[in-house]
Amino acid sequence: MKILAIDSSGMPASAAIAEDDRILAEYTVCFKKTHSQTLLPMIDAISGMIDLDPRTLDAVAVAGGPGSFTGLRIGSATAKGIGLALNKPLVHVPTLEAMACNFFGSSRILCPMMDARRSQVFAGIYSFSKDRLEVLMDQRPVPVEELAEELNKLAAGTGRGLVLLGDGAEVYRTFLEENLTVDYDFAPPNLNAQRASSVAVRAFQLIREGRLQTAEEHCPDYLRVSQAERVRAEKGTAARTADSAAPGR
Amino acid sequence: MDKDVRILAIESSCDETAAAVVVNGREVLSNIISSQIDIHTLYGGVVPEIASRKHIERINQVIREALAAAAVTLDDIDAVGVTYGPGLVGALLVGVAEAKAIAWARQLPLIGVHHIEGHISANYIEHKNLEPPFGCLVVSGGHTHLVRVRDYGEYEILGRTCDDAAGEAFDKVARAIGLGYPGGPKIDRVSREGDPLAIDFPRGKVRGSEYDFSFSGLKSAVLNYLNECRMKGTAVRTADVAASFQKAVVDVLVEHSMHAVEEYGFTEFAIAGGVASNSALRLAMEEACTKKGIAFYRPSPVLCTDNAAMIGAAAYYEYRKGIRSDYSLNAVPNLQLGER
Repeated sequence: MKILAIDSSGMPASAAIAEDDRILAEYTVCFKKTHSQTLLPMIDAISGMIDLDPRTLDAVAVAGGPGSFTGLRIGSATAKGIGLALNKPLVHVPTLEAMACNFFGSSRILCPMMDARRSQVFAGIYSFSKDRLEVLMDQRPVPVEELAEELNKLAAGTGRGLVLLGDGAEVYRTFLEENLTVDYDFAPPNLNAQRASSVAVRAFQLIREGRLQTAEEHCPDYLRVSQAERVRAEKGTAARTADSAAPGR
Repeated sequence: MDKDVRILAIESSCDETAAAVVVNGREVLSNIISSQIDIHTLYGGVVPEIASRKHIERINQVIREALAAAAVTLDDIDAVGVTYGPGLVGALLVGVAEAKAIAWARQLPLIGVHHIEGHISANYIEHKNLEPPFGCLVVSGGHTHLVRVRDYGEYEILGRTCDDAAGEAFDKVARAIGLGYPGGPKIDRVSREGDPLAIDFPRGKVRGSEYDFSFSGLKSAVLNYLNECRMKGTAVRTADVAASFQKAVVDVLVEHSMHAVEEYGFTEFAIAGGVASNSALRLAMEEACTKKGIAFYRPSPVLCTDNAAMIGAAAYYEYRKGIRSDYSLNAVPNLQLGER
């Protein structure tokens, strides 16, 4: 089974082609150019390097979120376009599960996190039992204070220690250093960021669990509503509260 | 006779997700438009992030419908055309990434298309004899351009708006007189009941540039008028305000257009863009062209609104010239007409 894997959820743009748990090619660029300019030329370049006929792909895997809204859509639209053109299924890989696979098989507790602004991070907490990914906290937007508490609670007394990775760990490095009461390490640069080979590794597991989707049904999972919807919902709640208070006056 | 060229075209620059299959730039095999207007109406205008989210939800289905309605498969397609600007960047990016991926996967030529060139090219679809050179007025919610079409793909902008686009002015005035969004069709409808001469709103002029437009002064004049009525306690006749405002917009558009017809000697004049559906504009422009003895063209309403058939028409003429985009094609939100 051969798959193309894509991650454009954060600062790096990354593409990989993997066959039966072997990475045939991988290309990652972390630069100021937009993913729109880099992603498809990268896919084209690695395909050329390994003489890939795109029609021989069995599926396209994409880091489906969380991440930058625009970045996610570039990755998803690319995957959806290839899926549509070649009639191939897609694999929606949760971004933070893919990042946890940078430390595949580690005995430590893994916490990938992405800066989500508004004093939050998108984070998930994972561990491996042999080669099975266990989800200790499913990926979600969380205030960094709450995440630190959760990590202290989960790792305390286990003797397992933590690995913190992702751009969120860089942004909140000082806070985490001051507030974590358990053993931790920050990931080294080669394992710290999104990379498509990790998306591929997680995708193979999900494929084995039968979690494929059609190109048509795939959509990014933003883990957050748009600002306009949030503001509207808040106003709606305020209006409803006012309404329900009205009869008492 | 050359082989027919079938283009799959994709458009996602604002709040319509659209795909079409067009043969030789003139024959539309399918033209699928998925409008998001209902959701944006809740917010009184297009919300960019919501538009982008809706595009990615709908795009594959819209493309598949376009292929199915045209009774073709991607095997029958010769090139992929896509709008890459101007427009909302997040919205454009969905169509651009999708189009690039399809082109890559099927090894098809890719052609990035300017949205306004698409609107102008909409006129080729129903008017088989129309060929450059001609004059064209492009009026929509985001654009107001008076254009000299020198040749296929060769444009000279004679005038443009200095502030609000004509369609934007319709939206803002419609909101002020309580008609809501989208303003264009609503003002058009209500105006039929009103007196266009009831209120003398100003015709905006731009000092020193005879072809440029300005609509923000007109919009302020309408707001001031409404305010005055409120202060004086006089009743506002909504239909009269709408009709008088609409006439002020139409007068300026027609006057500038006819001025260009005289100066450049156009024998054919076309209108395009969402506001080209406005019945008062269509009528006034037709009368003015008839008076000048020149041919007047306008697309059917479905081709005035944002659609992909027009992108397929524009892409075809680029294709014939050998113009191709590469895989680094990016969305350019403020792309200028004639720029590459």
